Amino acid sequence: MNEKSDNIPSQPTSESTSKPTTSTTNIKESVKPKNLLLTISPHIAGQESVPKIMWTVVAALMPAVVFGVYNFGYQVLVTMIASIAAAVVTEAIINKMRKKELTISDGSAVLTGLLLAMTLPPTFPSMYAALGSVFAIGIGKQIFGGLGYNIFNPALLGRAFLQASFSVKMTTWVAPITIDAITTATPLGSFKFEKTLTPWFDLFIGNVGGCIGETSALFIIIGGVFLLIKKYANWRIPVSYLGSVFLIGGLFWLLNPAKYPDPLFHLFSGGLMLGAFFMATDMVTSPITPKGMWIYGCGAGLLLVTIRLFGGLPEGVMYSILIMDGFVPLINRSTRPTIFGEKKR
Amino acid sequence: MKLKTIKKGIHPAEFKNYTEHKPLERLPLPEEVLIPLHQHIGAPCKPVVEKGQSVKTGELIGIKTGFISSQIHASISGTIKAIETLPHPLGMNSLMIQIAGDGKDEWIALPDKNLEWESLTSDKIIEMIEAAGIVGLGGAAFPSYVKLMPPKGKSIDTFILNGCECEPYLTADHRIMLDQTDAVVLGTRILMKALGVQQAVIGIESNKPDAIAKMFAAFKPYSNITVIPLTVKYPQGAEKMLIKAAINRTVPTGGLPLDVGVVVNNVGTAIAVAEAVTQKKPLIERVVTVTGNGIREPKNVIARIGTTFKDVINFCGGLSDDTVKVIMGGPMMGLTQPTLQVPIIKATSGIVCLKDNQPLASKEYPCIQCGKCIESCPMNLMPTRLARFSKVENWQRAAELGILNCIECGCCAYVCPAKIPLVQWIKIGKLRVSELQERQKATAAKESK
Repeated sequence: MNEKSDNIPSQPTSESTSKPTTSTTNIKESVKPKNLLLTISPHIAGQESVPKIMWTVVAALMPAVVFGVYNFGYQVLVTMIASIAAAVVTEAIINKMRKKELTISDGSAVLTGLLLAMTLPPTFPSMYAALGSVFAIGIGKQIFGGLGYNIFNPALLGRAFLQASFSVKMTTWVAPITIDAITTATPLGSFKFEKTLTPWFDLFIGNVGGCIGETSALFIIIGGVFLLIKKYANWRIPVSYLGSVFLIGGLFWLLNPAKYPDPLFHLFSGGLMLGAFFMATDMVTSPITPKGMWIYGCGAGLLLVTIRLFGGLPEGVMYSILIMDGFVPLINRSTRPTIFGEKKR
Repeated sequence: MKLKTIKKGIHPAEFKNYTEHKPLERLPLPEEVLIPLHQHIGAPCKPVVEKGQSVKTGELIGIKTGFISSQIHASISGTIKAIETLPHPLGMNSLMIQIAGDGKDEWIALPDKNLEWESLTSDKIIEMIEAAGIVGLGGAAFPSYVKLMPPKGKSIDTFILNGCECEPYLTADHRIMLDQTDAVVLGTRILMKALGVQQAVIGIESNKPDAIAKMFAAFKPYSNITVIPLTVKYPQGAEKMLIKAAINRTVPTGGLPLDVGVVVNNVGTAIAVAEAVTQKKPLIERVVTVTGNGIREPKNVIARIGTTFKDVINFCGGLSDDTVKVIMGGPMMGLTQPTLQVPIIKATSGIVCLKDNQPLASKEYPCIQCGKCIESCPMNLMPTRLARFSKVENWQRAAELGILNCIECGCCAYVCPAKIPLVQWIKIGKLRVSELQERQKATAAKESK
């Protein structure tokens, strides 16, 4: 019985490696597989995972979040926490109702709650923000079947709901606490309604009025570029979105510089940076094919400039992305990549 | 200098350090071998020996039964113990000739000295390659002589020798290029003569600088043979990919390399050809990399065809106790084995033993439409869509999206953050779609009658 495999040390002993001939019986025993697994290839896998992507996006938002708190004070922290908490609780309740596994640990609900809060005005009541999250998760995501199945960006859908329901609260702006003033207009608002331009350097740093997490292009770009490097956001989308806004906005500016703002103002004002790096790049709701991503980004850019210059609203990031989200199934279908060796269609 | 490569694909961790510095070792003669009659793409062989008969090493024991098929020879001398159905490493049960060895390794009569191959005609060379039972040793096991006889109207102008070895872990081809350099050169020249081509290229990935240097030196006298170092990228060793990377020609969908005037052979095939044509030696052994964190002494061995995995693994110190997977081939495309009582076949490039089961370590999530599978697919397909249409049994859409073009390289499943078993679904889909298409063809043929 001393040949039983249980008696063989789990690690190869120095004896068995240096003198293989003396321990042949042991080796013969250990070669007997107990339970060899049968699986389909490939037998190795990359390091990426869905929760890793979601939590990394949350982390990439932190520079902008910290700046938002610095800019508008601790009250915005309460708004963000309320929004995230409502998103997570809603997700958990719906998981329970549908008798599904709890999905709150994958990070997507936290991300939706956080993104929604970042697009709200600093004085927006926390209770309403929470309501927005309930809508975002419930109607924006879970009603379609949960993560991966939703058509529209849940955070933006939640914001659209709040804009429709509490339009006054959604357009009441305060100046950053670092500036000695109480109420103010956003740079886009003051341009739209008063034709005054905010210096682009202030826009870039973000010490201007605006939504909690949207004002600082700098801190959003820091997080956004990190995502691009990690390949958790596809570079084609921000490049085509920002690029088309710059070109189309620039075209109008060249036509009539007195009437239309310059392209840099377009880029750094409003929610465009947050939208381009964190909303439009939402993997679930953006196209899946490389060509489709270009179409999506350019389409959103065109819509954005159109809304900003000719629409009733000063800002158009939300609707430009939501409208393009609606086209994604069509875009995916019509942009199938040319198969290797296939004749060009 | 920027090296040539393919556009897409992936670069998984290589793990070649287990065996890349270990010279080829000859496995001791096995006491018994199991030689499957079906080791190649095409029709299985018919046995031409009977139970109880004694055979010599190199003796013909199975003959071709179709145009696409390959001869099979005894790999040791001894007596035929049985001809029966046994587990095959490709996953099915298959007829095998079991030879109990006499330990003498008595060979059939071979020429005393090397043949003057340069005076042979192309047809004669191809005939010798056919007689030696040589198949593609890179893993596909397509009968080599068929590749050397392009149908009328197709002309071949370039021969490509495949020294990529893009699968992680495997180092068999790497060691062949280092340890059997002369045979590689000879085999290449013989294959060029058989094809009647004037130029050849050798594609080697840049993670084998020693092999590149050695091949450069060895092929220096031949100005029409170029060694091309390639950036490390999986699946660059797949025929169509290598042709694209090395000479920038695109094999049309559903086509073969000969459609763009190219024949590709693996370095292992080249040495088998060299032996077959100069020494009349049939293919009875091959180089196998035995590696992974689940084997005690990783090695590159020269093993007789039909040696059981068990014998090979024993020679390499045995499996570690916590080994969970034994794979024939590389980790990206290889097949897991339920038992070690399966033989080395002509297509066995490696035995990879692993202690962990990476793809199933993380749970499966719904597809989040990230598009990473599309970005990695070397054939430019949409793996997530193919898998989904396969899952919902929408064979028509799967076919429209080109499911049959999938080469099952596994890049998509490797990069998938949701850990969806894409290759599994696509394999099922390919099977069903091709069945359906054949059935449609059959009914169409019936109706036209």
